[in-house]
Parts: sequence; C-alpha cells; structure tokens
Amino acid sequence: MISEPLLELRDVHKAYDGRRVVDGISLTLGRGGFYCLLGPSGCGKTTTLRMVGGFENPESGEVRLNGRVVNGLRPYERNVSTVFQNYALFPHLTAQGNVEFGLRERRLKDCAAQALRALQMVELADKASRMPAQLSGGEKQRVALARSLVLQPELLLLDEPLAALDPKLRKQMRTELKRMQRQTGITFLFVTHDQEEALSMADQVAVMNAGKVEQFGTPEEVYLRPATRFVAEFLGLVNWFGPVGVRPENTVAARGGEGLAGTVEDAVFLGNCMHVTVRLFDGSTVISELPAQGALRAGDAVKVRWAPADEMRFP
Amino acid sequence: MRQWFLLPARLWTGLFFAIPLCIVLAYSFLTRGDYGGVELPWTTESYLRLADPVYLGILWRSVWVAAVSSLLCTLLGFPLALFIAKSGKRKVFYLQLVLLPFWTSFLIRTYAWIFLLRDTGLINTVLQALHLISKPLPLLYNDGAVLAGLVYNFLPFFVLPVFASLEKMDPALLEAAADLGATGWRALWRVTVPVSMPGIVAGTVLVFIPCLGSYLVPDLLGGGKTVMLGNLVQNQFTSARDWPFGAAASFALLGVCALLAALLLRNRQIRSVL
Amino acid sequence: MKLRLYATLALLFLHAPLLVLIVFSFNSGKFTAWEGFSLRWYAAAARDSQLIDGLWNSLLIAFASAALATLTGTLAAYGMWRKAAPVLSAGLYVSLITPEIVTGVSLLALFQWSFRFLHLQLGMHTVIAAHVAFSIAYVSIVVSARLRGYDRSQEEAAMDLGATEWRAFFRVTVPYLAPAIAAAALLALAVSFDDYVITSLVAGVDSETLPMVIYSMARKGVSPVVNAVSSCVVVIFGALVLVSERLQRR
Repeated sequence: MISEPLLELRDVHKAYDGRRVVDGISLTLGRGGFYCLLGPSGCGKTTTLRMVGGFENPESGEVRLNGRVVNGLRPYERNVSTVFQNYALFPHLTAQGNVEFGLRERRLKDCAAQALRALQMVELADKASRMPAQLSGGEKQRVALARSLVLQPELLLLDEPLAALDPKLRKQMRTELKRMQRQTGITFLFVTHDQEEALSMADQVAVMNAGKVEQFGTPEEVYLRPATRFVAEFLGLVNWFGPVGVRPENTVAARGGEGLAGTVEDAVFLGNCMHVTVRLFDGSTVISELPAQGALRAGDAVKVRWAPADEMRFP
Repeated sequence: MRQWFLLPARLWTGLFFAIPLCIVLAYSFLTRGDYGGVELPWTTESYLRLADPVYLGILWRSVWVAAVSSLLCTLLGFPLALFIAKSGKRKVFYLQLVLLPFWTSFLIRTYAWIFLLRDTGLINTVLQALHLISKPLPLLYNDGAVLAGLVYNFLPFFVLPVFASLEKMDPALLEAAADLGATGWRALWRVTVPVSMPGIVAGTVLVFIPCLGSYLVPDLLGGGKTVMLGNLVQNQFTSARDWPFGAAASFALLGVCALLAALLLRNRQIRSVL
Repeated sequence: MKLRLYATLALLFLHAPLLVLIVFSFNSGKFTAWEGFSLRWYAAAARDSQLIDGLWNSLLIAFASAALATLTGTLAAYGMWRKAAPVLSAGLYVSLITPEIVTGVSLLALFQWSFRFLHLQLGMHTVIAAHVAFSIAYVSIVVSARLRGYDRSQEEAAMDLGATEWRAFFRVTVPYLAPAIAAAALLALAVSFDDYVITSLVAGVDSETLPMVIYSMARKGVSPVVNAVSSCVVVIFGALVLVSERLQRR
C-alpha cells in the first residue's frame, strides 16, 4: 500500500509578466476522490491545473505525484490526463480515432477494441466513426472524456469542461461525471468558477482567490463554515450584521416577534421559495429566503432574526 | 525545439537573401574596378553620382510612372472593389476573377500587351481593317504602353485591400447616411470613400512599390526608351559593368520601398486590411 | 447600373489580353488577322528543342525549389507561430518588398564573389537556391494564415495523451495544416515557374528556363509559337491556382 498522497502541491508559485498568478499554493489530494478548484476568473485555478498537467512549470515550489517531484516533466511523462475546456478533439480523426490516439502513442495492442469500450462507457459507441465536426457539444465532451479515461490515468484534470454546454445539459453532465468517477475509481480534479457545480459534485473543494487557496474542505464545510469572508461571499449570498454573516435561508423575516425591525422593500417569487428584501432602520438591506407560502408584501413591517448557530464570524 | 524549425529558413534567407544584400551594400561604397568588379578604397562616390541630373531624371521618371500607375489603379480599381463588395454571394467568384490573371505568368501577361500594341498588333490591325487609320499608331515602346502594362499587372494589389476594407464596412452606415439625407454620390463621397481610406492608402502603396522597382515591364513595353530605376540597376550590373553604382542605385530603390512599406505597416487600420 | 458596367469593363481589361492571346494561338495564319483554326503553332512549339529544353529545366527547378521552399517555409511559419521571431519575419517581409531586380543582382554578386573561392559555376543549383530564397516568404504567409486559426490546446492534448513534441507536430499539426501546405506548394511552384528577372541573372548556360526562352523570343518580335506556349502556360497555371485556392479555403 502506497502511503504517499496522489498529488501534493508545496508552496507553488507562478507569474506571467510579473503578475503573480499562482502565489504560494499548497494542496494535498488523496486517491479516488472528486476534487474541485473553485474560484473567480483570474484566480489562478486554471494555471494550477496546467502545472499539474505539465503544460506550465512552476517558478518555485514542488508538484509531486505519488511523492515524486514532477516539476519539469513533460505532459507525456506524467500519468495524468486533461480534458480541455474546448475539448481539443483532433478534427482530422474520427471519434474512435481520437480515443485511439493515446493508445497508439503507447503502442498498446487492440487499440480499436479498447477505444470502442471507452466509447461504450460514455454511450457513444454508435457514433464512433463520426468526425468531431459532426458531433454536438455534449458528444464532443464525452469523446474527450473517453479519450482521457481510456488511458487509465491516475489523475484526470478537467478544465471547466461544462462551461460550453447549455444549462440543461450541464446539469445532466454533473451526474454523469460523478458516475464516471465512481465507476473508474480515477481521481478527478475539476476546475470551475460555478459554485453550484463545485458544491454539487465535489468531495472536497479548494476555494481559490488571487493565486491562493482560501479554504480546502468538504462542500458542507466551505459553505456552512467558511474560513474567510471571501469564501462566504463567493459561495452564496450573505447578510452582514456587523462582523456576523448569516445566509439568507437562515435569516428569518416575520411580521411579529423578536429581532431587528425593518420594512419589506421587495418580494420575489422564485418557485420553490421567495426572496424577501428587507430594509433595516439603519439603512442596510438584508435578504431572507422564505417558503413560498406565507406571503410578505412590499411595505410590510417585519422583524429580522437568526439562530446563533447559523452565524458566520470572521476576524 | 522551436529553434530547429526556424533554422532552415534562417540559414536559407540569411545565405541567399541577407548576405547578398550586405555584399551589394558593401559594393555600393567601393570603387569601380578597371575591368568591372569592385576595388578599394571605400567611397560614397556612387551615391553622390545618383544626384547627377541624368540619374535624377531616371529617379523622377520612376516615381512619376509609379505614381500615375497607382492613380490609374485607383480610378479603375475602386469601382471594381466596390462592385465586388456589393455583389453578395458571387463575391468569391469575382475575387477569383480578379486574382486569376495575377497568378498566371507575369512575363506572359506583359508579352500579351506586345501582342496587342505593336504596329502589326491586334489593335492596329483592327483599326486598319475598319479604315479608321491608314498607318499603324505607335502604341508600343512609350510611356503609355509601360503604364498600361503596370496597371494591368498590379491592379489586383489595389483591389484586394480596398475590397477588404469595404467588406468590413457596416452596411448600416449607408442607411444612416441616407437617413441623414446623403444618398448616391454624396454618400459615396462622404461615407464610403472615407471609411475605406485605409484600404485605398494600402492599395496605392502596394501598387506604387512594385511599380517603382519594376524592370520587366519598362524593358519589354518601353523598349529601352522608358528607363526606370530597375533598368538602371540591371544595366550597371551587366553591360555597363559599374557595380558600385548599380549597387548604390539598388539601395536607393530598396530604401524607398522599405520606407514606404514601413510607413504602411505602422498604421494599425491599414495593417488590418493587408 | 453604372457601377456594374464600369466593373465589367475593368474585368474585361484584366482578362481580354490573355483571352485574345489564347484565341490567336489557334490562328492558322502567321499574322494577327484571323485565317482559320489550326493547331500548327502548338505542333511547332512541341518540335522546338529550345522550348522543350527550357520547359524541362523550368519544371525541374520549379519542383525542386517548391519542395525545399515548402518544407522550409512551413517549418518557419510553425516556429514563428510558437513564438515570434522578429528578425526572421522582418527578413521575410523585406524579401517580399525587395524589387526582383535588386534581389537578382545581389544574388549574382554573391555567386560571383563566392565562386572565386568555391570552384562552382552558375547553373541549375544557383537558380534553385535563388528560387527557394524568394519562395519561403510566400509559403510561410499561406501556412501562417492557417496557423492563426489553430488552437494550441490541440498539441497540448496530443502531448497529454503521450505524444512527444515531434510526434504531436507530425500527428496533429501537420494533418491540420495539410491543405495550406498543399496550397503553399502549388504557389511556390507557380512563382518559381514564372520567374524571369532573378532567374535570368543567376542562370548558367545549361539552365535556360522556359520564361527565358519566351523572353528572348518576345524580344525578337511576336511569334505565333510564343502565343501557343503562353496559352498552355496560362491555362495550366490558372488550373493550378484554382486548385490552390480551393485547398486554402478548406
């Protein structure tokens, strides 16, 4: 049994034209999980992924795979594979040809059969002879996945793979990616700027900001017990009461009882719930997420309160 | 690894383009040898000789011929480019039509004009057959023939960038102009021409540069009467065997061409239509 | 519409001279008056040993220099796409705007100067060297245009799947560039086959090309044989260029 973690980043730095894109990242990933790098655009998440993939080299710090430093190793010298944001399918090869590409590079036997099996796994066996130009966005995505998974890498890197898909397909692919991860047992490292995507798919999320990891933990931890103000705000709406933050779903607005007094300014019906905007007497506004029935209306005088257990405090 | 990709081109362009130019540059500062060739000492004599009225005349003639060719290309090419830009789906077809003769042999295209213009050429034969003239008109071996040959050969150089800039023009501009009361000629003059100006400037210079250094057209169609810089260079390197002077003339010519091209490439709007 | 008429006249100006030349190459008479259809001048051209020798020389030079220029220019375009090479690209630009006569005399100067030390003479090899030098820029422009639409992640994906840089280049980049490379090769073939000015300065006694033969015939006056040869060249070139354009648009 190998005791080393699968991937370890130790104080990794990378700058472009003097701008520090990755500014001292340390991160340890175990085997067989679904990990996510989450952050706003320009936070250095893609650069981090590219350093793991071997497309960029860190200026300082170490990237270790299975305990071995891989800084400076070329992409073809690492047992990791990347699904690119735009899929990067080879336009001159069929779906099958794309999946066979890496197998042929490794001079393996029965490439065709293996490729076909991989295409079956992504449910595209019937389109094996199509060219990429004849495939839809979702199908291209599956071919790109099959192309990487067929090589059975230890670590699969996914760079915003769902960004180019339409919203409905995106939701469907989330479940499917999750299924594939469990089925293959391969460790997935996924980059996204969409917090909903990260929270719904990942076993562990690393929230990044300005080249640093702000918090690394399970979705529940980062959402409910954010380590920093940035994490709290990036993962969802926060009502601020001085140094105390409370999520809208934990903020109760009601016609009577205890609490801070305010007036309902706006109530937006969202189907399964309502977002009620309340202006407090100090002039600030807070949002309360309430069940759809129970109808507060603009102009109503209300009291706003929350349970101390739901408070998020930051220094 | 990238260096290996660049190496063959670097070697070849260096050996058979850059070094030859450097040799000519060196020659231009040397003295003419007694039996052709070059000798020491170093001198700027050859460049000073370019200021001689005879050679200034050739320089002036080259500039004049190139300028008139560019002007004629503008007059002929702008409406053509406008027509192509407006012709919708058939654009590609018309563009090919413009380019097709351009890629067929330069020499043969020039020769075709000898066939048309000489005393027993097609034009004179037809005019005589129609009894419009009794003696053949002297159409060949003069400036007119040279201009015809140059415009004919280089017209595509003008049409392409103008087309590129017209193509980029937002059609709503003309609708806006019409809305503001400018239609027809006024819209053309006040909207279309100014908007496509980068293309017109680029096209004019792209015609001017090769015309200025042209050798074959004045040689074949000018019949030795219309001597331009290109012919001067050729003459000095072959029959006159005054290499330093030929070299100085080469660099004067190359200098003007490079300067014009550099000015052209400095403007971003113009660069975008090239 | 006035514009259409004007444009038609301009297009006529561009095409009439060559069309007239082609028509009269089939004239049975020696003069410009039409005397009937005949292939006699084509037959005469086919028997003219000077023209035939020139044609063979031109073809040999064109194929050799196009092959070399395509290889060199493609590699250069790729290298410059990976990372700007300001000196090389400036050199290629300058080679495009340098008047042919200047390029020609400078190559002549190089050969005359270097042959004092090397025991070589002007000949096929000097012509090929010169043609490759001026074709590289054309090739690299055509290939660069296609590279502009090329996504770097294609190569990264290939390397990610286990291909080395060289194998990624040959298995992914070259197939992508194939239409442009073919178009560039045809273009190089055309510019080499067509060149007169530079060739005439660097050719030796054994390497007279077809344009050189046509030039000397044209100097002597119009011969119907030249019309016939010219027509063949124009038609073959036209076809080549159309193929090249079609390839580039793929």
